[in-house]
Amino acid sequence: MKSLAELAAIKEKMQNKVVMREGSEDIRVVVGMATCGIAAGARPVLNTFVEEVDKEGLSGKVMVTQTGCIGICQYEPVVEVFEAGKEKVTYVKMTAEKAKEVVEKHLKGGKVVAEYTISNS
Amino acid sequence: MIRSQVLICGGTGCTSSGSKVLIEEFENRIEENGLSEEVKIVRTGCFGLCALGPVVIVYPDGTFYSRVQKDDVAEIVSEHLLKGRVVERLVYSDVDEEVKEEIANVSLSDTTFYKTQKRVALRNCGVINPENIDEYIAMDGYAALGKALTEMTPEEVIKVISDSGLRGRGGGGFPTGKKWSFTAANKADQKYVVCNADEGDPGAFMDRSVLEGDPHCIVEAMAICGYATGATEGYVYVRAEYPIAVERLKIAIKQAREYGLLGKNIFDSGFDFDLHVRLGAGAFVCGEETALMTSIEGNRGEPRPRPPYPAVKGLFGKPTTENNVETFANVPQIILKGADWFASMGTEKSKGTKVFALGGKIKNTGLIEVPMGTTLREVIEDIGGGIQGGKKFKAAQTGGPSGGCIPASLMDTPIDYDNLTAIGCMMGSGGLIVMDEDNCMVDIAKFFLNFTVDESCGKCTPCRVGTRRLLEILDKITSGKGTLEDIDKLEELCYYIKDNSLCGLGQTAPNPVLATLKFFREEYISHVVDKKCTAGVCKDLLTYKIVKDSCFGCGMCAKQCPAEAISVTDYVAPGKKKPAYAIDASKCVKCGACMSTCKFKAIVKE
Repeated sequence: MKSLAELAAIKEKMQNKVVMREGSEDIRVVVGMATCGIAAGARPVLNTFVEEVDKEGLSGKVMVTQTGCIGICQYEPVVEVFEAGKEKVTYVKMTAEKAKEVVEKHLKGGKVVAEYTISNS
Repeated sequence: MIRSQVLICGGTGCTSSGSKVLIEEFENRIEENGLSEEVKIVRTGCFGLCALGPVVIVYPDGTFYSRVQKDDVAEIVSEHLLKGRVVERLVYSDVDEEVKEEIANVSLSDTTFYKTQKRVALRNCGVINPENIDEYIAMDGYAALGKALTEMTPEEVIKVISDSGLRGRGGGGFPTGKKWSFTAANKADQKYVVCNADEGDPGAFMDRSVLEGDPHCIVEAMAICGYATGATEGYVYVRAEYPIAVERLKIAIKQAREYGLLGKNIFDSGFDFDLHVRLGAGAFVCGEETALMTSIEGNRGEPRPRPPYPAVKGLFGKPTTENNVETFANVPQIILKGADWFASMGTEKSKGTKVFALGGKIKNTGLIEVPMGTTLREVIEDIGGGIQGGKKFKAAQTGGPSGGCIPASLMDTPIDYDNLTAIGCMMGSGGLIVMDEDNCMVDIAKFFLNFTVDESCGKCTPCRVGTRRLLEILDKITSGKGTLEDIDKLEELCYYIKDNSLCGLGQTAPNPVLATLKFFREEYISHVVDKKCTAGVCKDLLTYKIVKDSCFGCGMCAKQCPAEAISVTDYVAPGKKKPAYAIDASKCVKCGACMSTCKFKAIVKE
């Protein structure tokens, strides 16, 4: 180790991997992963969220986690987005493609993708 | 892409309750469910709640599973990791039902046990994988060393440590900055840094947990100390009884060397530093700084007179700085966040936080870290969860065989160095043994004396002979042969040993006796005058009796008695069908087997 820059580079590289353990995220994305959700294709949705959030550098801000059956099985895969001080947003019949869009527009841009929400289905 | 991490405690506590098997089982089950690409297993250091081990935490949600058994793993993997349903029956929670409803998912940081704590020395314990230097670096690891070497002069480093108010966490409480400046002021061709990890107090495991959970922070802090004091070599003296700590420390040193964070010309600053590990055979006296250095040199671990102090003539006759593990664990954070940040925590003369190992009759046995000035009541009632079985708190023993005890009446004293010294106690290294009404204080004093008699190195007479005489007097008192004169003699001898012993071991050995005499003198008196042990511990002063009117005459006690001291009488209690039994006191060996057998609680000890 010859410079602080080298140290910073390692830190940068590793940070995404440990930040999950700090629990300081502002936004919580919850994917319904009960049998109904998995059968409807929740797994690729969950994985897309994880990958995209990391790719967009949102790891410290957004926590992607899973939950059991939300209760609206016909709308699965269901994804809920919780943000402090804001109303919960519920996306339904999600796909990996839609997930990418939600990360881009909602999580990054701050604009709810209204057409995928439960109120529009 | 990893979306979830499963942290499994690999500290000594959880390893002994089976966490190794859990790790294998998790690996197998995760593989089986095809989750290897999504879920990562991380073996960490101690989380603190050792009583609830093995401990498993699932992130990102922070779900805290306690007492996880091998058979539970399949369920956690298929339910939680695969389907996202928390396995409620395994979740540990000490929060109220109301709060629970509000936050829906109770995570580790919501529990009362963690909420009240402030983690500085333990900040990475249970959070990172201690065997992975990259994870330590991700948590700002080695940034303090980088900052010190590239931006600060050695004088500036010492000034920051001095200004922070950090004091030795090994027990004495000597200002760390001052210690470093003494060594720095001495000119020599070679100087050393020594880390004292010879944690010997019964019931203390703070240092072990830091070494197991965050070994790199000790490596980093010792390098910083080396830079500040002008030392190029360091030794960590650690007990051989801490195999996990030793292994992780060695891994950490190896990784640091590979990264060039130990060795020549670190951070291109021209500063060289390297570390060695020395294993101690476990003699208590080797925790004393001069004895420790004598042991590192390869000699029998015996203390030497001071002065000369180690800062002048220490290891191999060279100026040496010796600090305890927990002291070092605070250093990198102080350098990074500044003296003011550290000094903002704690009390006027004791800054920062202190780690305690909670043990004894307390609900949450484990490892905690609180700001200096926290009261004993907060530690025991809030974090510790109170006394086991709803019994009454009697006293807390601090500082192990060198310390004293804090009685219930002083529970609201803010814990810091000076307050504890003022009440005749001692901070010690941080072992906190909680005692309830069933503990006899004379017996406690005897327990610690037994320990020091064993551990006295024998070099000086006051300690070698004096502690043995103390123990003999205590034996006499607990066997009911003591007199009031013995109590006076005991006290006098205590002061004599304190004043005349060569090293810290002898100088502090009488403390458990003096402290119990100070706060629980009436217990000593009842042992010698009434020949009674009110707590019911001292065997020689107890008699077991069968309350004849409560006895149903089942005879179970007589069957259990190993000494055949129980026989049937011809007395039949009113309302009972069979004759009562009685104990022959002359044959009774006071084992208590009858009392625990009796279903009718007809046997009492008094």
